[in-house]
Amino acid sequence: MAPPNGPSAVTAGPLPTVEQILEPSPVVLMRRRVFGHAGITIGATVLIVIFAVALLAPVLSPHDPLDQDLTRRIIPPIWHEAGTWEHPLGTDQFGRDYLSRLMYGARISLLIGFVAMLISGVIGTTLGVAAGYFGGRVDMVVNFIITTRLSMPVVLVALAVVSLVGNSLWIVIWVLGLLIWDRFAVVMRSSTQQVRNLDYVAAAKALGCSTGRILLTEIMPNIVNNLIVVATIEVAHAVLLEAALSFLGLGVQPPAPSWGLMVSEAKGLMFFDPWLIGIPGAALFALVLSINLLGDGLRDVTAPENRN
Amino acid sequence: MLNYALKRLGVAILVAITVSIVTFSLLHLTGDPAMALAGEAATEDDIENIRRVYGYDRPFLVQYADWLIKAVQGDFGRSHYLKTAVADVIFDRLPTTMILGGCALGFALLLSIPLGVLAAIRPNTMVDRLALSVAVVGQALPSFWFALILIFWFGIQWRLLPITGTASWQNFIMPAVALGYYITPAVMRLTRAGMLEVLASDYIRTARAKGLRPGVVLFKHALRNAIIPVVALAAVQFGFMLGGSIVIETIFAINGLGYLAWESIQRADLPMMQAIVLVLACFYIVLTFLADMLNAFLDPRIRVA
Amino acid sequence: METILEVDGLTVDIPVSAGMLHPVRNIGFSVGRGETLCIVGESGCGKSLTSLAIMGLLPQKANLTARTLSFEGTELIGLSERRMGDLRGARMAMIFQEPMTSLNPAYTIGNQLEEMLKRHRKASTRKARERAVLLLEKVGITSAASRLSQYPHQLSGGLRQRVMIAMTLMCDPDLLIADEPTTALDVTIQAQILLLLADLQKEFNMGLMLITHDLGIVARVADRVAVMYAGQIVESGDAKQIFDNPTHPYTQGLLECIPIPGKTPPGAHLGSIPGIVPSLVGDQKGCSFADRCGYTMAECVDKNVALRATMNAGHDYRCVMSPDRCAGNQHAGIPA
Repeated sequence: MAPPNGPSAVTAGPLPTVEQILEPSPVVLMRRRVFGHAGITIGATVLIVIFAVALLAPVLSPHDPLDQDLTRRIIPPIWHEAGTWEHPLGTDQFGRDYLSRLMYGARISLLIGFVAMLISGVIGTTLGVAAGYFGGRVDMVVNFIITTRLSMPVVLVALAVVSLVGNSLWIVIWVLGLLIWDRFAVVMRSSTQQVRNLDYVAAAKALGCSTGRILLTEIMPNIVNNLIVVATIEVAHAVLLEAALSFLGLGVQPPAPSWGLMVSEAKGLMFFDPWLIGIPGAALFALVLSINLLGDGLRDVTAPENRN
Repeated sequence: MLNYALKRLGVAILVAITVSIVTFSLLHLTGDPAMALAGEAATEDDIENIRRVYGYDRPFLVQYADWLIKAVQGDFGRSHYLKTAVADVIFDRLPTTMILGGCALGFALLLSIPLGVLAAIRPNTMVDRLALSVAVVGQALPSFWFALILIFWFGIQWRLLPITGTASWQNFIMPAVALGYYITPAVMRLTRAGMLEVLASDYIRTARAKGLRPGVVLFKHALRNAIIPVVALAAVQFGFMLGGSIVIETIFAINGLGYLAWESIQRADLPMMQAIVLVLACFYIVLTFLADMLNAFLDPRIRVA
Repeated sequence: METILEVDGLTVDIPVSAGMLHPVRNIGFSVGRGETLCIVGESGCGKSLTSLAIMGLLPQKANLTARTLSFEGTELIGLSERRMGDLRGARMAMIFQEPMTSLNPAYTIGNQLEEMLKRHRKASTRKARERAVLLLEKVGITSAASRLSQYPHQLSGGLRQRVMIAMTLMCDPDLLIADEPTTALDVTIQAQILLLLADLQKEFNMGLMLITHDLGIVARVADRVAVMYAGQIVESGDAKQIFDNPTHPYTQGLLECIPIPGKTPPGAHLGSIPGIVPSLVGDQKGCSFADRCGYTMAECVDKNVALRATMNAGHDYRCVMSPDRCAGNQHAGIPA
């Protein structure tokens, strides 16, 4: 019997193909995922536009948003027959240019949204990571604090405090920041718990790394994804809350062009001049929608298992 | 089991007390309650007077202890403005908010659960995208703006529904929709996610292999399991909704707890504000407890452990 | 012996992102009443998909074609979902690999057993309950009546699998498909469950199609065997034939992998089949086993290989080498 070509001839295994060698790197793959995701691109684009408008408001806006001109009250926007290009989005009941107010209003919403998110992020992340990492009594105490905070009606408490302290921009920011940290705490706590039990953390501990170093180098990089997603949610949350507070008269003070305040000031005129509430409301909707799309997209791309 | 319930009760009471302390501090220490009560045109003497009459000159802890002792006995003080017992006013206005909240919850569930189920049966189709759009829009829509839009179209332009007050059941339609839409996204997404997961599970494959009809597989076998976390979520979201009812009630002039809270804030009626926050907090605590119990009840793995 | 299931030219195609996947390619076999057919193969050879295809439980994206797929004379391809639902569970039943997750955690065992009879026979609750108790006892579960009100999480894996078996028998099916029913169970329980299946098959006079990767199980229960590799049947025949005269190099390799206590000298080289299963995405040409076979020739790679007969009736294999050559290979042992 002629000896057949034995398995040894083929056990060397197939050589990698050209395609396999030239497979795109993880960075390229991630870039493809990010730009291929409709939500991220749309959300990011709209957000960048709003950012740019807010930043360049002094340059872009045709008029001073606080400039009253009672001879030019309630001019409709450009798509009505009575509209004029001098006031493309019309004027309100005090003759103030709506487009300018809209642009400066973007500054208010973005400022409040981001700073309140930062404040609540610091508070919530500290509490959450501490609870998740140290467990035991620390966890119990933090859980109690979170439960207490969750039991309190946020809108009511915010309204009450602002009514007593006074409504200025920074008071609103701080009140919101000190109230909306709960999601940060909850998500960071569970993320930290998941990472804490992984082997490489135990390895770091065994090597004698200090707690601070472990938190910084092992834990943080792995929970940053969730942190970013929660951050976008909370920016949107803060924007909506400020709008509601201003709508009720206990947020930013008039004559500042907060979008919520603009809706509130115009609601009596809603019957005849609906655009007065339509435009600022639509702006709010667009801003929050773009933030949400971006946040959802980021989560889809970095940690899709956390959907819901 | 009893041990567990008692422990939870203990924690709940502790939370309620902590909420009351925090609220009391926020209300009495962040500004000058006497000044707020006196108003802008008051003189120094007026303010001093008010401070003495209402006991705002006592040390903080004394004020709180006094309030707590009375509160435990059901006496939440007297409303500065209405001159009646706070407890009476609250329990008078509470049912309206409960009705509004119930209608809103009903609307939210009727909209989100079928949508979530449909989206899960036909993932990545038009129905799925529609359901997700409902969720995405709901999360971005400011509730006060939504309410105004509803009023504009259904109340003013088409004159289909009444705008203010609580004269008839029609008065509750728009407020319930505006309020309920607030929690629709979360419930819809959870239903969809839960159904997707359950439909991919082994016991659904078994149910199909048994030759059971598709409707039976979907509702008796799949939904029954997927709905468990949704029920718990809905209970908790109901609690959030009650807190957020202040905006809706103010817009629609509905005389419930939210509107009462709004009025008391405007008038610096501290006892009322304190009591309302506490009532809402207790509601939330009870609702989360209920959610846990429902969860355990609906899942035999927990119930019959 | 009456043939219950006749399969010829069964093919399953599934579109995936990388192209078209062909997990089941031109399969043919038959199962007779009272007979046990074992389908053997390693993970990924397509045996589970074959059973799902017969039951009509393939995922929506999958494409099923066959020259013949007939169950008791009824052609299953193109059958309406409604009629398929009538057959499933009543005339043909299936048990799966993972007993721990195959039962609905929200309903009692009794509820899940009884609903089968209510669905297919419109039986009353009382009658359904009686039959459920009867079958639970048959599968060896003690105090059956009290078990009815228990939930799945209160039973062990072995018990759950027995419940699954009882469930399939509720409507007295003619064909029972068991997809690796003992793989997830303890070794000690495996034997019990297999014995149970064999006994029940005789008692209920069913055809049993048993899917497994364990040759030990095959040796114990099979009347006929079909060896699957990369979506194709590479050898089929009577069990005795397959074990005494394995013809296809893959089958020979499989049998060589089993150490035999007493015969295999301690410290001797354990047989193995080097390499991995080929990708089944895209067009398939030539013999799928070519890159792992010790006897590969040029014609193995160029042309598709058809099933051919050995010297013994009913024993077919898929190789270009002649039966004599293959038999000779077996006695020479695996090339070193």
